[in-house]
Amino acid sequence: MSTAQSTGMATVPGTNVSTSRSERRRREMKRSSPLWGLLAWIVGLLFVAPVLWMVLTSLHSETDAATNPPSLAAGLTLDGYRSFLDANPGVPLLNSLWASLVSTAIVLCLAIPAAYALSIRPVQKWSDVMFFFLSTKFLPVVAALLPLYLFSINTGLVDNIWLLVLLYTSMNLPIAVWMMQSFLSEVPVDMLEAASIDGAGLLRTLRTIVAPVAMPGIAATALICFIFSWNELLLARTLTATVAGTAPVFLTGFVTSQGLFLAQLCAAATVVSLPVLVAGFAAQDKLVQGLSMGAVK
Amino acid sequence: MSTATARGNAPAVTNPSGGARKAADWARRAPLLPALIFTILVTQLPFVATIVISFMDWNAFHPEDRGFAGFGNYVRVFADPSLRSSVLITILLVVVVVGISLVLGMLIALLLDRNFMGRGIVRTMMIAPFLVVPIAAALLWKHALLNPNYGLFNGALTWIWSLFGSDNPPQPDWLSQMPLISIMASLIWQWTPFMMLILLAGLQSKPADAEEAARMDGANSFGIFRYLTLPHLRQYLELGGLLGAIYIVQNFDAVFTITSGGQGTANLPYTIYQAFFSAQDYGLASAMGVVVVIGTIIVATFALRTVSSMFKQEVGR
Repeated sequence: MSTAQSTGMATVPGTNVSTSRSERRRREMKRSSPLWGLLAWIVGLLFVAPVLWMVLTSLHSETDAATNPPSLAAGLTLDGYRSFLDANPGVPLLNSLWASLVSTAIVLCLAIPAAYALSIRPVQKWSDVMFFFLSTKFLPVVAALLPLYLFSINTGLVDNIWLLVLLYTSMNLPIAVWMMQSFLSEVPVDMLEAASIDGAGLLRTLRTIVAPVAMPGIAATALICFIFSWNELLLARTLTATVAGTAPVFLTGFVTSQGLFLAQLCAAATVVSLPVLVAGFAAQDKLVQGLSMGAVK
Repeated sequence: MSTATARGNAPAVTNPSGGARKAADWARRAPLLPALIFTILVTQLPFVATIVISFMDWNAFHPEDRGFAGFGNYVRVFADPSLRSSVLITILLVVVVVGISLVLGMLIALLLDRNFMGRGIVRTMMIAPFLVVPIAAALLWKHALLNPNYGLFNGALTWIWSLFGSDNPPQPDWLSQMPLISIMASLIWQWTPFMMLILLAGLQSKPADAEEAARMDGANSFGIFRYLTLPHLRQYLELGGLLGAIYIVQNFDAVFTITSGGQGTANLPYTIYQAFFSAQDYGLASAMGVVVVIGTIIVATFALRTVSSMFKQEVGR
């Protein structure tokens, strides 16, 4: 018997009354051999090693960064970050921030009402509409690149950050619709009806019944839309130049310099990745919800 | 009776009079329309333009020759061996990267589902690769890890060999000896954490009672994994596989950065990008785009059918 969990691909019966108790029992049972813990640590360290190496190299001088075997214990310096700052990263970083934040805001404004019309008061054939949104994610961006390029040339929108805002909005909207639909379909409908019979106003209903369920979903949606916009390279590289170039485009330009560039490249890569790393670490559970488009809560 | 089905059937029975019902239907649709119209305009219109251009002779280097080409561009697409190879490369990338990431992700999720010291720290370390900006990750792999002279991999080989007193360590030139494997390795490194996160969430939603009962009845660990854990994980594996495939099919950053499509590593997005930018052959690039879209629609129909059947099960439960 399912309640409001008609969310789609992989709904999870997450709210089990006995979860905490059985969870604890399970944990105790699995405290088996310390070898498994050791193995997990080794695997974790192997996966994080390239990231740590990136950060360490960014703090080395260019000559120490390019040695074989690697100079793990070489003296630390901020020279890599100084070269990075000399390359004027301000404009591309701000462009990325602007395109990501504004497109995420627009996505939320469009996706939340749409999700409402796909879950709480659903239109007919709402599941067909859901699959239309999902199907647009299958269409390869690269096949639309030429018309977008010609359009931007003809309208003078080439190298304009608003064009990226528009395209990032369309890129993330299907994901956001799926996520918000999945969260909003957990709103208890009988309580909504009861509230309207009791004469509760729209605002009070939204605040007391919808918001507690929707807010975590909105946070997860915003996180994942921000990350995907921040990471995007192909559209930004094709449709921008010097004025509206974003941080990923800026990174690709870093390699062309002659001579040793590893430390400054690692410094740049670290700085550009930092917002995503911080946001992702801070909201790990939201990250899972976002990556699964709300199917895993 | 599930609420979802009840909600799906809800409209239409409420209002007997036609006009009022229509108004009510439109009131229901209104919140949906901005998102729907926006998506149709921005995602579908460019493809219509791509179809039109695919039937034209249009090379930006020779603008005076622009005209109708009929199916000429499509003939060139199918006669072109590089497109066929890029189709194969794309399929290979998706199958290998998604497959290995899923298996590794599941093994690591099983490890992290146990209780041990510093479990939260290991989980955080595992997520890190997925949070490195893809282009930064590609540059990191190409220059800091795989570089034959001072990359970390060859540096580590030198160091390990010197531990055993050898000053003649193997120093492979990864990017020229195994270009495709290099791209795959960097993508697997980034996508294993993604799969691990989804599968770990699946493991932690698994009710423990059945496993305890099975253990009481003397089931061994492998039996529990095979007959309890794996069936429970199935929908999570499918979800991870589908989402991974959506993103890997379109991968551009890694191929563009690590090998620039050289040595037979050009996948479809990269090949179209090249036809468009280097050759400036708009007609051919558009015809490739249309072929790719048709191929994707065929594959996606099967994928969506799988999802759709899961979806129906869920709703009808």
